[in-house]
Amino acid sequence: MRATMNGEPIELPDGLTVAAMLQHLGVRAERVAVERNGMVVKKARHAEEKLAQDDVLEIVTFVGGG
Amino acid sequence: MDDFVLGGHRFTSRLVVGTGKYKDFPTMQAALEASGAQMVTVAVRRLDLTAKGEASLLHWIPKDMVLLPNTAGCYTADDAVRTCRLARELQLGGENPLVKLEVLSDQKTLLPDVEETLKAARQLVSEGFRVLPYTSDDPVAARKLEEIGCAAVMPLGAPIGSGLGLRNPYSLQMILDQAKVPVIVDAGVGTASDCALCMELGVSGLLVNTAISGAKDPVAMARAMKLATEAGRLAYLSGRIPRKLYGSASSPLAGVIAAK
Repeated sequence: MRATMNGEPIELPDGLTVAAMLQHLGVRAERVAVERNGMVVKKARHAEEKLAQDDVLEIVTFVGGG
Repeated sequence: MDDFVLGGHRFTSRLVVGTGKYKDFPTMQAALEASGAQMVTVAVRRLDLTAKGEASLLHWIPKDMVLLPNTAGCYTADDAVRTCRLARELQLGGENPLVKLEVLSDQKTLLPDVEETLKAARQLVSEGFRVLPYTSDDPVAARKLEEIGCAAVMPLGAPIGSGLGLRNPYSLQMILDQAKVPVIVDAGVGTASDCALCMELGVSGLLVNTAISGAKDPVAMARAMKLATEAGRLAYLSGRIPRKLYGSASSPLAGVIAAK
């Protein structure tokens, strides 16, 4: 399945949930927030919400800033 | 007690510090502690998917410090609103989270785009955020942001990272005269005397990043900023003497031994 992840094209296995995607990428869910097609996917919904072809995904975290 | 109440929090420190541009996390941590700050700003950025297991910023921020996520780097209201929603999710969706709203106009000046800032502020307030907007030193913009329901207004002293200090104290005084929410000077501080000057004018707080992280000794500068902020506040509360053109003797005029 083709998607856009943090502005770059990415190939992901079909039928992943958000939780499974994070696991697939080796990312710990508690440190990140996920946006799918412009909407935040709350952590409580990570295990339910399924990704689809051509999704635009963002995975963000806190970094130093002023 | 002269506490600083902001967005549902009560602080004893009036200095808010940033976490950007430190050479390493241990230096940042030592500077944060030396500053005495109880609130620190953080930015929201795309996770580097190639750098797994990298040390987390939050690990180095003392646990009792309140996080103030910013929308730095956003140039439109839409991006700033999205960033705030992600920041809320990163903080596990706390009620009425604090956000530092910053919508910039261009990369050279880094001056605020007030039109986009107002638009984003309206949306964020309606979603329950406690919005602390970075804005120009324009009293009209500050008044509009307050009317929208922002929890504070944060006029700049000078452009971000410029270290020019408070360029327009008279505009700041107009903002202070009218504001019923805390006024925090955000951006422009270069050294400790800038902190003292702002505090002496009566601002509620200061936000400083580059002037600390970019100093030769960030930890010592953080302490200098802390002391200057406290000194300036105390001077403000003490009520300074009026300025006069001519001298006014401080010793008694009578009983001088001089022959005349």
